Amino acid sequence: MRVHLDSEKCQGHNRCYALAPELFDVDDFGQAVLLVEGEVPDELHAKARLAASNCPEYAIKITENDS
Amino acid sequence: MTDTVDTTITAAPSVPAKGEYVPPTFGDSPEGTHVWQRVPYNAGDYGPVTDFTTDFDHADPAYNPNAPEVWKELRTGGCPVAHSDRYGGMWVPVTHDTVNEVAYDTDTFTSRAVVVSVGRPGDLALPAPIGGAPPITSDPPFHGMARRLLLPAFAPKQIEPWEPEIRALCNRLLDQLGDITPGETIIDAALQYAQDIPVNVIGRMLGFPEQDEALFRKFVHDVLERIAEEPGTRDGMDDLGNYIFAQIQDHRANPRDDLTNYLINVEIEGQPVSDEIAGGMIILLLIAGIDTTWSAIGSSLWHLAQHPEDHQRLLDDPEVMTFALEEFLRTYAPVTMARMVAKDTDFHGCPMKKDDWVLLPFPAANRDPLKFEDADTFIVDRQENRHAAFGLGIHRCLGSNLARLELKVAIEEFTKRFPRFELAGDTRWSVGQIRGPRELPVRILEVAG
Repeated sequence: MRVHLDSEKCQGHNRCYALAPELFDVDDFGQAVLLVEGEVPDELHAKARLAASNCPEYAIKITENDS
Repeated sequence: MTDTVDTTITAAPSVPAKGEYVPPTFGDSPEGTHVWQRVPYNAGDYGPVTDFTTDFDHADPAYNPNAPEVWKELRTGGCPVAHSDRYGGMWVPVTHDTVNEVAYDTDTFTSRAVVVSVGRPGDLALPAPIGGAPPITSDPPFHGMARRLLLPAFAPKQIEPWEPEIRALCNRLLDQLGDITPGETIIDAALQYAQDIPVNVIGRMLGFPEQDEALFRKFVHDVLERIAEEPGTRDGMDDLGNYIFAQIQDHRANPRDDLTNYLINVEIEGQPVSDEIAGGMIILLLIAGIDTTWSAIGSSLWHLAQHPEDHQRLLDDPEVMTFALEEFLRTYAPVTMARMVAKDTDFHGCPMKKDDWVLLPFPAANRDPLKFEDADTFIVDRQENRHAAFGLGIHRCLGSNLARLELKVAIEEFTKRFPRFELAGDTRWSVGQIRGPRELPVRILEVAG
């Protein structure tokens, strides 16, 4: 699984930071910052999906591996 | 990115700093006025609303208590955008899609005025893209510049340290309720609790005297609830302008480390901001940070008074607050915003004219069944919740992190102190764009030992 953050769409609602702080941080302006590069560890898959499905601006996308 | 600073725009210097407070002027045309009326206002022109489809009025006393039913009737009746001749012409989208579309289209829908009222901003009022209370009244590109000045002060890591103080404030208010006899004592959760929390916090951030808190609530009432009054008679608006002007003078003479001093000293594009712009930003922070959160706290307690099962879940499983908090915000979102039509446009078959109002009910979007499963049901641990309580697009509520913290702590402390309580009489709801209980009598059934 990979997580993609569209910083153009992010408006700083901070829902991802609240739900998945292991995957998202916030900068000094309150904008989301993605913490993981590449594959998301298995134990964080649920949190990644939660963050994506609560973003009011649809700024977070998940791509699942085909395997 | 929407908040990128466009260095080609010089916005601030067009508005000179003023040496004294200038009261607004009124008229029936935009020319030469601060506030104008598109159609003459006559008290009593409009009676109670009988059909929200064609005569919508959010200031009708029956609206806020029944708003979810009104939105549902409009949607199921095939009316995604309602209309009204009131306020000189107003449109009201009630579906998530239409609300979202208006919020995102900042070219067609200007934020220059965001509180629907009888008066519209005239030539002498701060023009687009600035507006009277930046950045909520601003459009791009000025919006992004003003917003970037304020975002750091309200970013999560700046707000988190306030938690212990907010918790202490809540407990102080609960202590002040005095002796409680379970099963007998009735308190007003809006008047004696909710209304005192946000006003205290934002007043301290701005560095305003604590004894003026009742005055701040009056300002909020003047700005947000007296919208159907003839502009020239709304003297309360003058009081607010005068007060802010005096605070700016005082902060300039006696500088201290607070948001007011920060805002009167900031620069935009290398130019100091005028008192008018700094004052507008201060007005925004004062007004927007008070009855909004107070309403959310009140509505949440109103819900819990009627749903002891949700209250019990919060006590048994405090972790569920992460989800419950967002569900309170979705179900009882307090803030309806507004826009003005910037140019004639056809919006889903609606012939919108320049200067028409467009009410932007994010709370209605939050109840759209096309967007949310069981949209009218409060689900304490709802997992997928892309609610729009803090708006959508570039105007996302600047204070959302503070509001969320105040709401969370206020609910936690109240529900811990009073593990059971119930409604005890009539709830009185606010009038206008901010929806929440103004009087909320509850009977305390149990006090934590």
